[in-house]
Amino acid sequence: MLTVRGISRSFGDHRVLDEVSFDVKPGRMTGFLGANGSGKTTTMRIVLGVLAAHGGSVSWQGKPVTAQNRPHFGYMPEERGLYPKMKVREQITWLGRLHGVDREVAQRNTDRLLDDLELTDRANDRLEQLSLGNQQRVQIAAALVHDPDVLILDEPFSGLDPIAVETVLDVLRKRAANGVPVLFSSHQLAIVERLCDDVVIISKGRIAANGSREELRRTHAGDRYEIVVAEDAGWVRDVPGTTLVELDGPRAVFESEPQQVLKAALERGEVCSFTPVVPTLDEIFKEVI
Amino acid sequence: MARASFAQATWLVAEREMKTFVSTKGFWIGFVATIVGLFALTVLPTVFGDDDPKVAAVGSAVQVVQGKHLDVREVADVQAAADLVRADEVEAAIVPDGSGIKVIALNDPPNDVIRQLVASPPVELLDASAVSSGQRSVTVIVFGLVFLMFGMGGAAIAQSTVTEKQTRIVEILVSTVPVRALLAGKILGHTILTLCQVVVLALAAPIALRVAGLAELLAVVVPALGWFVPFLMLGFVLISSMWAVAGALVSRQEDLGSTMGLVMLAVMGPYFGVQFFYENAAVLSVMSFVPFTAAVAMPVRMFAQQAQPWEALVSLGLLATTVVVILLVASRLYTGSLLQTGARVKLSRAWAPAE
Repeated sequence: MLTVRGISRSFGDHRVLDEVSFDVKPGRMTGFLGANGSGKTTTMRIVLGVLAAHGGSVSWQGKPVTAQNRPHFGYMPEERGLYPKMKVREQITWLGRLHGVDREVAQRNTDRLLDDLELTDRANDRLEQLSLGNQQRVQIAAALVHDPDVLILDEPFSGLDPIAVETVLDVLRKRAANGVPVLFSSHQLAIVERLCDDVVIISKGRIAANGSREELRRTHAGDRYEIVVAEDAGWVRDVPGTTLVELDGPRAVFESEPQQVLKAALERGEVCSFTPVVPTLDEIFKEVI
Repeated sequence: MARASFAQATWLVAEREMKTFVSTKGFWIGFVATIVGLFALTVLPTVFGDDDPKVAAVGSAVQVVQGKHLDVREVADVQAAADLVRADEVEAAIVPDGSGIKVIALNDPPNDVIRQLVASPPVELLDASAVSSGQRSVTVIVFGLVFLMFGMGGAAIAQSTVTEKQTRIVEILVSTVPVRALLAGKILGHTILTLCQVVVLALAAPIALRVAGLAELLAVVVPALGWFVPFLMLGFVLISSMWAVAGALVSRQEDLGSTMGLVMLAVMGPYFGVQFFYENAAVLSVMSFVPFTAAVAMPVRMFAQQAQPWEALVSLGLLATTVVVILLVASRLYTGSLLQTGARVKLSRAWAPAE
C-alpha cells in the first residue's frame, strides 16, 4: 500500500498542500480528483520525489519512499514528454533499462506493451512522427515498461479519443488486477466514475473526501428516493413529512419518509420501481469542493 | 526488480547521448571538415609552395643555371627573354653580361632565383631547433582550432539538457535515477565521443605529415600530440560541465543564448589568447599554467621545446584539480536548476540548497 501522510508544501507564501493524507491500496484504481490548481500535480510530484515536501511522509509497504525504491514506481507526468527524435521502441526499452530492468526483459516488455497499445507498426518511427494521441500511448508504455509496483498517472486520459481511452483502460485494469495500486488524476469525472474503485477529492490543497466510490455515494446519498407507480404519482405530495422534488406522470422523486410513501403506494396499487437516488461523482464533487 | 546502479545509470545516459549525437548530420559534417582541414593545412603549402621558380635563359647563361632548382626555358636572345618577363610568364631572365651573367626581372629583385645563383656561406645556428617558426604557427593554429571545435561541440550537452527540460522527460528521469548520474552520463558520453575523434585526428596527423613530405617533423609532433591529448580531454571535461549548467539554467532552446556567453568565453579565450601571444614567451608560460588556456598553451610550448616535462605535469595536475572543483560546483548548480522551469534560473537560486 502507498501511504501519504500529512504532506504539506508552499511556494513562497502560498500554501499549495496542507496536511494531505490518503492511501492507495493494492489492486485498486484510485481516482484523484480536484479542480485546476487544487494540488493534484504537486502531490504526485512529491510522491515521485521530483519535488520536496515541506512536511509529512510518503511510504510504500511501510517504508519511506526514497531513491532506492522509487525506480519501482511508474510515473506519467502531467506535462508529457519523451525524446522527440528517439525511435519509439528504442526509447521505451531505454527507459526500462534506466529503471534497472535487463535489456532482454526491457525489450520483451516493450514489445508486449506496444502490442497491447496497438503501436507495433509505429515501433521504429521517431516519437515526433506520431500523432499526439499515439504519443500519449507511448507515454503510457514508458510508465509501464519496468513492470512497476506502483503506478502514478497524472491525467492519463486527457487527449485520448474514446477508443484510445478503452485501450489504455484495459492496460491499466490489467495492472490493477495484478495487485498494483494505481493512482490517477483526472478531470473527466465520467471516466473516473466508471473506472475507479476508490476516490480521493482534493480542494484547495486539502483532502475534501476520501473513500471507496460506493461508500462516498452512500454517505452523500442524502434522503432522496425515486418511485414509479402504474398511474399518476401526484398524491406523493400529500404524504405527511415528505417533500416532492420532481413529478413526471407516474414517476416521482421525493425526500424523507420513504417507508410511508411506499406503504401508501402499495395501498393504491402497483409499484413498478422504488430506489434511493445515488448521487453521481459529479454531484459529490460539486458538493465537497 | 533490481535498481540500476549509479554506474549503470551513468552509462545508459552516456550511451544514449553518444547514439543521439552520432546520428546527427552536424556531427559528421564537423568531423569530416576537421580531417579535411588538417590535411589541407599540412599538405597544401607543400603542393603550392615548392615549385621551382620559372626563368628564361639566353646563350651561355644556360650552362650557369643548369643543375639549379630552376625551371629553365631557353630563348634565342635577350629581347625575347625580356618579353617573357614582361608577359609574366617567367619570374626572371638570366642573360650573358660580359664574362658573367645578369638577371632581368620586372619590379622586384627575384630573391629565390638569386639565392640559386650565388654560393651561400655555411651557417651555424647557436640555438638550433627542429621546429621552424612557420611550423610553430601552424601547430598553434591546429591545436587552437581543435580545442575550439571540441569546446564548441560541448554545446550539444547544453542542447540535450534543454531538450530534456523542454519536453519534461526530465521529470521521469529525475524520479528514476540520481541527477548526478544524468550529469555524469552526459559528460562521459561526450568525452568518449571527443576522445574517439581526437584519436582519429592524432592518427591522421602523422599520415598528413608524411604525405606532405614533412616526415622529419614527426619526431617533434608525436610527443607534442601525446601531451595535447590529455590536456584536451581534461579541458573538454571542464568546458562540458559548464555547458551542462548553461543548459540546465534555461527551459527552452530559444533561451540558451542567454546562458552560453560565459562558456563561449571559456572556449574562445584560450584560442585567441594563444593565437595572439604565442610569440611572447612570458605570456605563453603564464597561460600554460592557467587551467583554461593551459589546454592549448602547454602543448604548444612542449611542441616548441620551450617547456620541461615537469612543467607539463604540474600544469596537468592544476587542470585536473580545477576539473574536480568545477565538476562539484556544476553538479550542485545542475541539480538546483534542472527542475526549475519558466524563466532563466539565476545562478544564486540554482546554488541555494533545495527547499
